[in-house]
Amino acid sequence: MSGYRIHRPGERINRQKPVSFQFDNVQYKAFSGDTLASALLANGVRLIGRSFKYGRPRGIVGFGAEEPNALIQLETGAHTVPDLKATQVELYQGLLAGSTTGYPSLDFDLKGLLGKFGRFMPPGFYYKTFMEPVKAWPVYEKYIRKAAGYGHAPVLPDPESYDHLHHHIDVLVVGGGAAGLWAATLAGRAGLKTLLVDEQAEMGGWLLTERRSRIDGLSGMDWVSQRLAELASLPNVSVLPRTTAFALHDLNLVQAVELLQDHLPLTERNAALPRQRLHKIRAHQVILASGAIERPLVFGYNDVPGVMTAAAGHSYLNRYGVAVGREVLVQTQNDAAYEAALDLAQCGVKVMLADARQGGAAAWRQQALKSAGVELLLGHGIAKVLGDKSVSGAQLVKLDGRNNQVVGSGPRLSVDTVLSSGGLTSTVHLFCHNGGRPVWNQQQLSFVCPDEGRDNIACVGAITGRWELSEALGQTHAAVAALLLGHGRGSSGNAPSVASEEVAAPRAIFRLPDGKPEGHGAKAFVDYQNDVAAADIHTAIRENYRSIEHVKRYTALGFGTDQGKLSNINGFAIAAEALGKPIAEVGTTTYRPSYTPVTFGALAGPHVGETFDVRRYTAMHASHDARKAEYEVVGQWLRPWYFPKPGEDLHAAVNRECLATRNSVGVMDASTLGKIDVKGPDAREFLNRIYSNAWSKLDPGKCRYGLMLDENGMVMDDGVTACLADDHFHMTTTTGGAARVYSWLERWHQTEWPELKVRFTTTTDHWATVAVVGPDSRQVLQKLCTDIDFDKDAFKFMDGRSGTVAGLPARVFRISFSGELAYEINVDANYGRYMWEEVMKAGAAFNITPYGTETMHVLRAEKGFIIVGQDTDGSMSPNDLAMSWAVGMKKPFSFLGKRSLLRSHTAGDGRKQLVGLLPLDPKVVLAEGAQILSNTDDTVPAAMQGHVTSSYHSAFLGRSIAMAVLKDGSKREGDTVFVWAHGKSVPAQVVSSVFVDKEGVRQHA
Amino acid sequence: MLVITCPYCQEAREEEEFSYAGEAYIARPAVPEEADDATWGDYVFHRKNPRGWHWEQWQHVAGCRKVFAVKRHTVTYEIAGSWTLADGKALYLKEQA
Repeated sequence: MSGYRIHRPGERINRQKPVSFQFDNVQYKAFSGDTLASALLANGVRLIGRSFKYGRPRGIVGFGAEEPNALIQLETGAHTVPDLKATQVELYQGLLAGSTTGYPSLDFDLKGLLGKFGRFMPPGFYYKTFMEPVKAWPVYEKYIRKAAGYGHAPVLPDPESYDHLHHHIDVLVVGGGAAGLWAATLAGRAGLKTLLVDEQAEMGGWLLTERRSRIDGLSGMDWVSQRLAELASLPNVSVLPRTTAFALHDLNLVQAVELLQDHLPLTERNAALPRQRLHKIRAHQVILASGAIERPLVFGYNDVPGVMTAAAGHSYLNRYGVAVGREVLVQTQNDAAYEAALDLAQCGVKVMLADARQGGAAAWRQQALKSAGVELLLGHGIAKVLGDKSVSGAQLVKLDGRNNQVVGSGPRLSVDTVLSSGGLTSTVHLFCHNGGRPVWNQQQLSFVCPDEGRDNIACVGAITGRWELSEALGQTHAAVAALLLGHGRGSSGNAPSVASEEVAAPRAIFRLPDGKPEGHGAKAFVDYQNDVAAADIHTAIRENYRSIEHVKRYTALGFGTDQGKLSNINGFAIAAEALGKPIAEVGTTTYRPSYTPVTFGALAGPHVGETFDVRRYTAMHASHDARKAEYEVVGQWLRPWYFPKPGEDLHAAVNRECLATRNSVGVMDASTLGKIDVKGPDAREFLNRIYSNAWSKLDPGKCRYGLMLDENGMVMDDGVTACLADDHFHMTTTTGGAARVYSWLERWHQTEWPELKVRFTTTTDHWATVAVVGPDSRQVLQKLCTDIDFDKDAFKFMDGRSGTVAGLPARVFRISFSGELAYEINVDANYGRYMWEEVMKAGAAFNITPYGTETMHVLRAEKGFIIVGQDTDGSMSPNDLAMSWAVGMKKPFSFLGKRSLLRSHTAGDGRKQLVGLLPLDPKVVLAEGAQILSNTDDTVPAAMQGHVTSSYHSAFLGRSIAMAVLKDGSKREGDTVFVWAHGKSVPAQVVSSVFVDKEGVRQHA
Repeated sequence: MLVITCPYCQEAREEEEFSYAGEAYIARPAVPEEADDATWGDYVFHRKNPRGWHWEQWQHVAGCRKVFAVKRHTVTYEIAGSWTLADGKALYLKEQA
C-alpha cells in the first residue's frame, strides 16, 4: 500500500461525489473525476497485470494513451470491453473491472516462474525453439496461445448503438492543450468554421497537471476556462472532448471517435443515443496540436510496479489528488522532471532526485528543490530497482560526464516509488499517417514535426519540439496567423504572454548504464507491453537485423495497444548505438492508423444488421410469408427458395414443385428480374449495338432473347426484351446484374454514341411480375383476362400483349424459362400481391403450385438454359455456350464484342464449352464446382478438363443431371469423363445440355 | 476518399456518390473489323496506368448519373479538375499534342 490521497488545489476530482467500483472482485472507493488508474493508485493498488512474455508483475506506468501495462477488462457479458487502458477509463459508480493477465491468478502467475529464466527467451524464441518437427506446431501452438494474449473479446451481440457523422469544415484542430486552444481561438475569431477535438474528458492538456505557469496574468486553468468560454460564444466553432482523432487520410480526411456514454454507469446510459460516434472530418486545413508524451529512461528492473513516468506521478498528484508514494526517487536527464519533484516535496512526500547530468538543471530549479528539502544526486543514474511486486529501493551508480559509462558506485536508496523522465516525445502520429516523415531534433532529443508542416497541415506547439509554454504559444500564434493571412483573414492580435524561464539542455542518454555489458545485468525494459529489453535490441542487431523496421518485427518493439508511445524513441536510440549510427539515420518505424484502439462498433456505426446491406422485398412478400416460404438472398433481394409443405425438406418440396409445374401449373414471383425501359427513335439501333443478336426486324408485340457481350466477346448478361412500339422496348436483365447493366447502357450511350436519341429508365421496382408456368397456364390466364386472345396461334410463344388481367392494366409476355407453356404477367407493383392472390384463386382448380428459385433452377437446367454467373464466369463466348444462333454477325454496326469473337484465342480450339453430364449412376448428384478429369487413374497434378456448373436431381426425369464446362466440350458428346470431388471420382457421360423436350414442343403448345 | 466535383451538378461530393468508370478517351476503332488482332487487343486490354496525371471517367451514380472526365494524380490523388466528356476531350487532346 503506497498511494494515498492528498488535497490539491485545482484537483479535477469531485470529493462531493464519491463512487465505488470493483477491481478483481474487490470493492474500492474513489471520486467522480477519477480514472480507473488514479482510483486504483489512491487505494494503494499497484499490481495490475503480468507481462506478456515473462509473466513479470506490472503496474501503472503512465496516465493516458501511452500506458503500456495497465490493460483491463471492463464490465462483463455483452458489455465487456477488453484491453482498455486503466489510465483512460473514466470512473463511474458501480464500475466493474478486472486484470487481463495472470494464470492461475494475478498474484501467483506460472509464467512468472518462467520469467526467472528470461535469458533463455531471446527475441525469435518461438521461431527458434518450435521449428521442428513442423507437424508438432499445432500442439505447441495450443499451449503458447493459452499463455499469451490479453483479455477476451465479447461473444454476445453488442447491445449498444453507434453512429457516424460527417463534417465539412475550414479548420480542424487536433488537441485541446494550450497550443490547440489558442489555434482554435484564432481560427474561430477569423470566422472560419472550426472544430476542436481532444481525447480527454477535459480540455487543457498539460495545463491540467502543470500549475505554476501564468498566461496573460492568469493561472493555466483560468486561461483554459477563458478560452473555452470564448469558443462557446463563437457560433462557427465546435469543441468535442472525449474525441480522439485516430487517423489522418489523404486529402485531409480525419477520423475521430467520440466516447459519448462510456463514462456513464451502464444503468444510466440512454439507449436512444449512441455509445460512441465516429466523426469523418473533411477539413481544408488541419492544425495538429497533439503535444508530446514523456518517455521513461531505460534501467535495470525499471518495470517493477511503482516505477512510473515523472509526468504520471505529477499528474496523479495535481489532477487527482493522489500521491503515488511516500518516499519517491525521481530519475531524470532534463529539467521538466524537477517540477514533479518540487510539487511532490511541497505536499510532504520525501523526494530524492537523481540527474544524469553532472551540472543538473538550471540553477533556479536546483535552488527551489533544495529549499523544498529535496536531496539532489547529480551525475547519478539508477543501475537497478529493488523489489518484486512493488518498489523497495534503488541502487544508483555514478555516471561519466561525457560518455554513457559508469565511473563509480552510488548509494543504495530505500524508496517505495521511482519516477523517471527521459524527455518528451512529440506525438507525430497523425502527421505521418499518410506519408509525412518526422525529423530528428538533437537539441530536444525527439523526432518532431517540421515547423513548415505540409500542404494544408500545420503543426503547432510541442509537436514541433517546443517544450516550453512560452515558445509553444509563440510558435502557435505565428503559424496560425500566417495561415489565416494566407486565407485572406486579417490581423490576429497578440500572442498570449508567458514569462520565459531559463532551461538547461537535456542529456542525450536513453539507457542508463549499470557498468555491465548489455545482457549481463538486470533486465532493462524498453517496451513493457511486449517485454522487449535493451539486450533484445542488441541481440537483433547482432543477428544482423539492420533496418529499424526489421528490428521492430524481430523483437516486437512498438507493437500492441500502446503502439510504442513510450518505447519507440528509446528503442531507436539503443538500436542506433548498437549500429554505431546517429538516431536520425536509423529513423523511425512507420506510423499507421489507429493512434489508439477503436471499437469495431464505432467503425461499423449504423451499418449493421438490416442496414449493413440493403434488403429488397418484392410486392408479394407478405403472400410468400403466409405460405411459409423458405428464402434465399439473390443480389439484395429476398426471394422464395421453396415452399415446403408440413414435413417436407428442400428435396421433397422441389420434387413436388417441379412435377406440378411440368404436369399442371406452377407459379413463381419473377419480380426481381432487372427491368429497364428503353425509349427513343434510336432505341432499336442502340439494342443492335449493345446485344449480340439482331433487333431490326422485331415487330411490336414480339419478344426476343438477347445476349449481352463485353468488348472481349464474353457473355456478361442475358434476358428477354419485348418490343412495345417501334421506339419503345421493355428490357429484362438477370436479377443480380440489373444495376450493372443499367450503368453499362448509360456509359456506352454517353461516351461512345451520344448522338443516338434514346433514354433509359430503371423500372425493376415499378413492375411486379407473376410467372404462370405449365400446361394449364393458358386456362388460368383465360379465367383472369377477357380482353386478350390466348389462342395458341393468336398469342404465340415469344409474343407480348397489353390487356386487363384481374381488372388491372397488365403487360403479358408468353416467354418461358422452364420450357413449358408459360406467361409472365406484369402489373403496377402496388398491385403485385393482389395479382398473386388472384392467380392463386384462378389456379386453385388446377392445383396451382407456388415454387421458388430452386425449382426454377431445376426446370431451366432440364432445358439447358444457362444462368449467367453460374454456368458462365466471364470467360465464356456465345460459341462456348453453343449459342451462336444468338449472334448476328451480319448486322451492319459492329456490336459490342463482335470483333473479339474473331480473335485467334476466342475463335480457336481448346476452349471450355458448355455440355450436359449424366452420371452413370442416376442416383448420384454431382457436386457443383467439382473438377472434371479425363481418366479415372489421373494422378496429381492432373490436367483439369473443366468443372461442373449446375447439378440437380430431376424428378421429372427420375435421375440426376448436370451442366458443365468442358475443354472442347462441343466435340466430346458420348465421352465418359470423371468428376472428382470429396476424394471420390464419379464417372459421367457427356451429353447435350438439353435434357427435356429437345424439340420445344411443350413451350410452343 | 476523394472529393469529386460533378460538372453537371456543380458541387463537390464524397467519392461514395460516384463510380469509377475507367480510363477516359480510349478511342474505339471506327471499323473494328479492319483492326488487326494487335490493335484490337490494345484497345480491349491495354491501359496507360501512369504514375502521375491520369484522365479518367467517373459516373455520378448516386446523383445525376452522368459520366464525366476527371484529371487525377495517381500518386498524390490531387484532382486537377473535372469536365464534361466533351470539354475534357478538348483539353486532353491539347495535352497530347
